[in-house]
Amino acid sequence: MNTSQGFGFPRPSTDPATVARTEELPAEPVTLADDAELDLSVDEAAARVEQTLAALDAELVGLASVKRRVREIASLLQVDRARERFGLTSSRPTLHMSFTGGPGTGKTTVAMRMASILHALGYIRAPRVHVVTRDDLVGQFIGHTAPKTKEALARAAGGVLFIDEAYYLFRPENERDYGQEVIEILLTEMEDERGDLVVVFAGYPDRMARFFSANPGLSSRVPHHIEFKDYDHAELVQIADLMVAAENFRFDEEARGVFSEYLTRRMERPNFSNARSVRNAVERCRLRQARRLVGLNRPLRKEDLVTLTAEDVRGSSLFADDEGAAV
Amino acid sequence: MKLRYGTFSYLPDLTDDEIAAQVKYALDQGWPVSVEHTDDPHPRNVYWEMWGLPMFDLAEPDGVLAQITECRRAFPGRYVRVLAYDARLGKQTTALSFLVQRPAEEPGFLLERVEGPDRTQRYALRSYATDKPAGARYAGA
Repeated sequence: MNTSQGFGFPRPSTDPATVARTEELPAEPVTLADDAELDLSVDEAAARVEQTLAALDAELVGLASVKRRVREIASLLQVDRARERFGLTSSRPTLHMSFTGGPGTGKTTVAMRMASILHALGYIRAPRVHVVTRDDLVGQFIGHTAPKTKEALARAAGGVLFIDEAYYLFRPENERDYGQEVIEILLTEMEDERGDLVVVFAGYPDRMARFFSANPGLSSRVPHHIEFKDYDHAELVQIADLMVAAENFRFDEEARGVFSEYLTRRMERPNFSNARSVRNAVERCRLRQARRLVGLNRPLRKEDLVTLTAEDVRGSSLFADDEGAAV
Repeated sequence: MKLRYGTFSYLPDLTDDEIAAQVKYALDQGWPVSVEHTDDPHPRNVYWEMWGLPMFDLAEPDGVLAQITECRRAFPGRYVRVLAYDARLGKQTTALSFLVQRPAEEPGFLLERVEGPDRTQRYALRSYATDKPAGARYAGA
């Protein structure tokens, strides 16, 4: 053992027993034999991935093609892990993605789920999504852009960098725009083999198509293009039910019919943004319900507090014309 | 003479992976990390030159490592240290500070006897490196 003799620091011990105890080498992974069999379902990461995928299925309505792609990517990574166990080395898969779809179609939500899947499979260090827009990346003067972009990359390191409305980075009409510089820095970072950063570009489909066609270098480094379709009416009603249930409310029978009617009208209006519009509509229903309950001037029961009635839904400005006609 | 300065100074020099692990610990504690450099190794020289601003709101050490690499490239012959600042009320001080680069040649210190008032004798420490003007003290600085 180390004993201090007088002043000074004890020297590191050369006694083999102590040295062996302090230096514990991590267990070397064993390469499986050629004829061994590997059950994918016993992989402890697989269980976590399955959990995340199940949550994705349960919490997100519709989006069948997106779910299929997410499943495919998860399977690919799982198989890669299995190959690794057999000592079959392959290059690290490129996981940068582009999410295109209308507003409120769940791009950010799927990015969060993607992060937990990638984390479960060990491709990123933390299930974290750093959301940035043009403002966070592009500087205001020469020499300001690179540090800003690098700062954003440093914050996203080990996780997912989610660039919302990515097409704003590229402004062809202004050739002195600093957006191009951001794209170049991102490209070098995305090329980095050692890095475990996953970049997700998100935006509306038509503009993203133009963005990628103007930046072929970027397009070729983003192998996964996932398209988010707009929801149809039935899916929106289902989403509304889920949202209301999550907030511990419920529609009564009449209100559900009226809300469905509301959605039909809302979908025809401009600026309809899918699930986000549904959320806003539900929020406004809650507001009108609160006003109605306060106006009742009687003791309330639990039943009153959780029920959204047809009256609450019908208060929307979309029904204003009807009332005008009726009066 | 190898300068023993800051935390871990009696250990062998840290590798980049070990530095990353220490920085990760600091970030997990919520301490913003900064990088500083100097060519005056005197122990009382506590204010080193900052390499960029302190890095706030990081979760992973990659960004800090990138800054350390850049600083090393710019000043291959200087001392470079990493600081972690604990901003909690009641602490508000440097929580961790360790060297991540030292010059190849460290000339060491001269112990000088200084005559005080009333024939008292005091001692002063002077680095041989500071004989030369700043910027020319270490090869490659």
